[in-house]
Amino acid sequence: MGKISLQKVEKRFGDVSVIPPLDLEVEDGEFVVFVGPSGCGKSTLLRLIAGLEDTTSGKIFIDGADATQLAPAKRGLAMVFQSYALYPHMTVRKNIAFPLKMAGVPQAEIEEKVDYAARVLNLSNYLDRRPGQLSGGQRQRVAIGRAIVRSPSAFLFDEPLSNLDAALRVNMRLEITELHQNLKTTMIYVTHDQVEAMTMADKIVVLQAGVVEQVGSPLELYHRPRNIFVAGFIGSPKMNFIEGAEAAKQDAKTIGIRPEHVTISKDSGAWKGTVTVSEHLGSDTFLHVETDLGLMTVRSGGDVDVHHGDTVWLTPEADKLHRFDDKGLRIA
Amino acid sequence: MATQASRSAARLMISPSVILLFLWMAVPLGMVIYYSFRRYRLLNPDRAGWAGWSNYSNFVFSPDFGGALVNTLILVLGVLLLTVILGILIALLIDQPIWGQGPVRILVISPFFIMPPVSALVWKNMFFNPSNGLFGELFKYLGMPPYDFLGQAPLASIVTIVAWEWLPFATLILLTALQSLDGEQLEAAEMDGAPPLKRFFYIVLPHMSRAITVVVLIQTIFLLGIFGEILVTTSGGPGTASTTLPFLIFKKALLDFDVGTAAAGGIVAVILANIVAIFLMKAIGKNLD
Ligand SMILES: Nc1ncnc2c1ncn2[C@@H]1O[C@H](COP(=O)(O)OP(=O)(O)OP(=O)(O)O)[C@@H](O)[C@H]1O
Ligand SMILES: [Mg+2]
Repeated sequence: MGKISLQKVEKRFGDVSVIPPLDLEVEDGEFVVFVGPSGCGKSTLLRLIAGLEDTTSGKIFIDGADATQLAPAKRGLAMVFQSYALYPHMTVRKNIAFPLKMAGVPQAEIEEKVDYAARVLNLSNYLDRRPGQLSGGQRQRVAIGRAIVRSPSAFLFDEPLSNLDAALRVNMRLEITELHQNLKTTMIYVTHDQVEAMTMADKIVVLQAGVVEQVGSPLELYHRPRNIFVAGFIGSPKMNFIEGAEAAKQDAKTIGIRPEHVTISKDSGAWKGTVTVSEHLGSDTFLHVETDLGLMTVRSGGDVDVHHGDTVWLTPEADKLHRFDDKGLRIA
Repeated sequence: MATQASRSAARLMISPSVILLFLWMAVPLGMVIYYSFRRYRLLNPDRAGWAGWSNYSNFVFSPDFGGALVNTLILVLGVLLLTVILGILIALLIDQPIWGQGPVRILVISPFFIMPPVSALVWKNMFFNPSNGLFGELFKYLGMPPYDFLGQAPLASIVTIVAWEWLPFATLILLTALQSLDGEQLEAAEMDGAPPLKRFFYIVLPHMSRAITVVVLIQTIFLLGIFGEILVTTSGGPGTASTTLPFLIFKKALLDFDVGTAAAGGIVAVILANIVAIFLMKAIGKNLD
C-alpha cells in the first residue's frame, strides 16, 4: 500500500515561503513525477513527504494515517538521494543490508533479501566492493537496492539520474520504469528534465515557485496545458508563442504552437520567414526561422532540404493551436 | 620545467638546505651514539676510554628503567584516550548551531596557545595545590579533607594537564572531519531507521577514523617526549612515581652527570619510539589510504 495525500501542506524557511499551502493526492502504485525549474521547491516537497523537513502547517497522510509528526524511519518510505548517499566505508552488501540490520531482521533473512536485490539490479558481482570502486550507474543501483530491500510503501527519488552521462541516463530511466512495473510500488520521482517526466510518469505534477501549476498524465499535459508556463515547460523543443495581432485574430492574448505542428514549405504558407539555423539530427531537423512574428522553432523530417538563409513559409495546423488569455490561462 | 638541465639546477638549488637538515640530524645522532659507548662521567676523573655496552646495560638494568617505561606508556595512552574521546564529544557539541559559536570555538582552541610549562604551573598552583588550589577549596567546601593530587596521584595529574593541553588539537582536527561529513548520508541513515546513537557508531565514527588516526599518530610522537610538565610539577616524583623515559634520561645526564649512560638511554628511547611508530603504522596506518 502506498497512498500519500497532502492537505494544505506549507513550508517556510524563516520568512521565505518555499511552498505555499498545497494539496496533492498520490494513488497507490502510481508513478508520480514532480517537475519544475531549479529552485521551485521539488526537493523540499519530497523531503517534507519523507519527514526530513518539518511542515510549517498542513497535514500529510500515508495510507490514510496522519504521518505529519512521524519520524522518517516510521513512515515506511525509502528515498534515493541525488548524491546516492551511500555509506563509503561499507561494502555494497553492507550498504544494502543496512536498513534491514537497523530493523533487527535475522541474518539469514537479510542475506536472502540482499541477494535478491542484487540479482534484480545486476549487482551480484560487486557485493564485496566499496562504493568508491563502482561506476556512477552501479552506485545508483546500490542506492536503489538499499531502498528496495525495505519493501517500502513508496519510493522517493530526488533527481537520481542527474549525475549520470546521457547514455547511462536513458538506460537507468528504463530500468527504473521496469522496476516500477515489477514492484508496482508507489514512486515519487523528482526531476527538472521534462523528457524524464514525460517518459516515466503516470502522473506529472508541474511546480513553479512551490505552486502546483498542473497535475495530469503526460499526454494530458502535452495536449491540454492549463497555462503558458506548463505549455512552455512540457515538450521539446519548446512551444512557440505568438502575441499581438496574429493572436488577436484567434480571440486570444497569446497563441502557442508546438514545433512539430508547423508545416514548412518553400513556396507558400501563412507566415514568411528566413532560416537562421538548421539542426540536422538525422531523424529530425530543427529549424530556427526568423519571421515577422519573432523567432520560431520548427520540427520537420530528417531529409528536408533547407539551409541557412533560405526563405520559407510556415503554416500552423489549425486544430493544434493553443490559445491563452491575458492571465496566461488556457482558453478551452 | 622538467628538462634535464632544469632538474639538475633544482637539485643544486635545494642541496644546501637538504645537506644542512641532514647534518642537523646526523651530527647529534652520531655524537649521541659515540658518547653512548664512552666512559664519560662528569663527577669522575677517569672519563676516557671506551665503555663497551656497559652504558646500555647500566641504563636498561637500572631499577628505574622498567617503571619509566610503564609510566611513559601510561602517559601516552592516557592522554590519547582522553583527548580522542573528549575531542569527539566536544567536536560534536561545537558542531551544533549554538548561540555564540565563534567565541566558543576560540575558547576551545585557546589552551593550545599556552606554553606547556606555564599551563603545568597554572594547574599545579591554581588547581592541584591542596592548601591554596581551587580543587582543595572545592573539597573543603564539600567537607572532605583536601586531596594532594600531585603527591597522591602524580601520573594521573600529569595526564590531566597534558590532555588539557592537547585537547584543542584533537578537537580541531576531529571537528573539521565532522564538518566534512555529507549530510545526506546521515539523512539516508535516518530514513534507514538508524537512531542517533547508531548513526554515530555506523556513520559518523567510521567517517572520522582517518582524522582519529592522524590525531593518534601525531600526538604519540609529541607525547613520547613530554618533559617540561613533569619537571615543573613533580620532578618525576614522589620517588619515581612519575618518572618517564625522557625524564629518566634527564636525570642520568644532569642529576647524576653520567653523560655516557644518558646517551645510551637516548639511543634506547629512539629505538623504542621507532618500534612504537612501526607498530602504530601497522595497526592503524591503513586508515590513511
Ligand atoms: N534550508 C533552507 N533554508 C532556506 N531556504 C531553503 C532551504 N532549503 C531550500 N531553500 C530554498 O527553497 C527553495 C526550493 O529549494 P529546493 O531545494 O526544494 O529546490 P529544487 O526544486 O529541488 O531545485 P533543484 O532542481 O535545483 O534541486 C529554493 O529557493 C531554496 O533556496
Ligand atoms: Mg533539488
